[in-house]
Amino acid sequence: MRPSVEPLLSAVGVSKRFGGLKALSEVSLEVRAGEIYGLIGPNGAGKTTFFNCLTGLYQPTSGTIRLSGRILNGLKPHAVAKCGIARTFQNIRLFANMTVLENVMVGRHVRSRAGVLGAVLRGRRARAEEANIRSKAERLLGYVGIAERAGQLARHLPYGDQRRLEIARALATEPRVLALDEPVAGMNPSETEQLRRLLERIRDDGKTLVLIEHDVGLVMGLCDRIAVLDFGTKIAEGPPREVQQDQRVIEAYLGVGAS
Amino acid sequence: MISLLPERYRGTPAVVWTAYVGLGLLLALLPFLVDWGMGRTWVRILDFAMLYVMLALGLNIVVGSAGLLDLGFVAFYAVGAYLYAILASPQFGIHLPFWALLPIGAGVACVFGVLLGAPTLRLRGDYLAIVTLGFGEIIRIFLNNLNSPVNITNGPQGINMIDPVRVGDQSLTQGIEVLGIDLSGAHTHYYLFLLLTMLVVFVAIRLQDSRIGRAWAAIREDEVAAAAMGIDTRNVKLLAFAMGALFGGVGGGLFAAFQGFVSPESFTLMESIMILCMVVLGGMGHIPGVILGAVLLTVLPELLRYIGPLQEQLIGRVVVDPADLRLLLFGLGLILVMVFRPQGIWPSPVRARELRPDNPDEVHQEQETLYEAQR
Repeated sequence: MRPSVEPLLSAVGVSKRFGGLKALSEVSLEVRAGEIYGLIGPNGAGKTTFFNCLTGLYQPTSGTIRLSGRILNGLKPHAVAKCGIARTFQNIRLFANMTVLENVMVGRHVRSRAGVLGAVLRGRRARAEEANIRSKAERLLGYVGIAERAGQLARHLPYGDQRRLEIARALATEPRVLALDEPVAGMNPSETEQLRRLLERIRDDGKTLVLIEHDVGLVMGLCDRIAVLDFGTKIAEGPPREVQQDQRVIEAYLGVGAS
Repeated sequence: MISLLPERYRGTPAVVWTAYVGLGLLLALLPFLVDWGMGRTWVRILDFAMLYVMLALGLNIVVGSAGLLDLGFVAFYAVGAYLYAILASPQFGIHLPFWALLPIGAGVACVFGVLLGAPTLRLRGDYLAIVTLGFGEIIRIFLNNLNSPVNITNGPQGINMIDPVRVGDQSLTQGIEVLGIDLSGAHTHYYLFLLLTMLVVFVAIRLQDSRIGRAWAAIREDEVAAAAMGIDTRNVKLLAFAMGALFGGVGGGLFAAFQGFVSPESFTLMESIMILCMVVLGGMGHIPGVILGAVLLTVLPELLRYIGPLQEQLIGRVVVDPADLRLLLFGLGLILVMVFRPQGIWPSPVRARELRPDNPDEVHQEQETLYEAQR
């Protein structure tokens, strides 16, 4: 699928202050439907802060964020998820004492509606919905390649599978944009390669991906476009090859006078 | 209940049905067996055990499922009990029927659940425990003092002569004759409580094993991740408080009708702690475990009463006061369980099977509320 030119997700002049600290200043970027958009930058550049603004965990101090035209500012995290942005976390946040399958089933919460009465009486509709939640969750586990782990507790998964589970859980919310915060952090090269293939497959199946990543090799090969943040401002944006040559990017990573 | 059977029999319908029928018969005959073997008092203790099963299952929703440490649960019990007492006694001369009051009491307790839940949404752990503890005490102190300027609760004296449960025009407390068998008040209440306990267990199981139950578990495990997955943490928490309170309210109404008398003394902090212990000792979040915890903690202290007479028989005088011994052994029991079975006496099978020494890959668990994460 070729990325379209219409932006699916746009941020205009997004700033975030914590007291006197300006974590983000005037960040603007546009993510097109169907692309993999990378967000890179040195530690403390504001990448995760931007993600938190994007997903409703933080409210930007100024600026607006839109998802296909709809303004997301002021929405709580659960409402943002309902609009179609799902995320993973840098320091994996699974429901540790629930099974792998249950973790993904929780992701279906926002796309299902049974209430207390439905749960207690378990009428035909509630049963059908529950069966649907389960089968969708099982399919997603297969999709990310951890189907055989369905019955285990999430906390007993090996590290790489935890990452996959987090992605499956996020996909269960049927997002239009999947936001991944350092999906390959701590993985070895072969695990990284496997995850890369998974991400490409998710993109090819019609999702739009935004990812924060430190692994430059992964970013260069995987992303259609990237933006570079440094000290809370965007210093470069474009296809990976171009950004790689950018003088300011080299300075941000290696210090002034390098290259 | 199937989990009681050894695994290899679970697929055999004949064995499963025999087990159900056996359990049903046992529960039906239990008051007669107990009455015959141990005396009428013990039938009453059985009744109380079931009352506590209901309360513990209510608290289990809040503490076990949703992970919200509530030390003021007895407040909802008190609300249910006093609502029944006020609307079915000579206190105001109002005598509404039990069957109408039960749902009203449950509903009012629900409202109190939400009232308590709303201001505590941003709290967790110790802070939540302290606020709920305060709430429980506030309710008790209100009940203690609402006898002036207008006498609503009759203060520390409590409300007396509360209407018993009636079936037709027969009072359950007086005992009734069914099919030629004389049932005492303790027996009739046993069957009433058994019916309602089974209903409560059914509701608790259904809730836990549903979309709602998963949402509760998710906010218990990681509130921020739950919110990011589209769970409205505010509503889901309030729902947990409301459902827990509902069970408490039903228990309260039954208590008032059974005892015929309520006073603030029945609703102290110690009572909240007892119910919490039932949940924790039995196996937090695991319904059969919680039932076991409630039954054990109701029955065992009563058994200790025999220690006094036993000492007289053996040594000729009472050396250790049974009342002191109760708390002592209770504390010792708590410590032993926490040391040797921190997951409870009967934890959920998944958790028991998976409870191994920490492995290095274990998920790092964040314990922060959504509100804290947003600062």
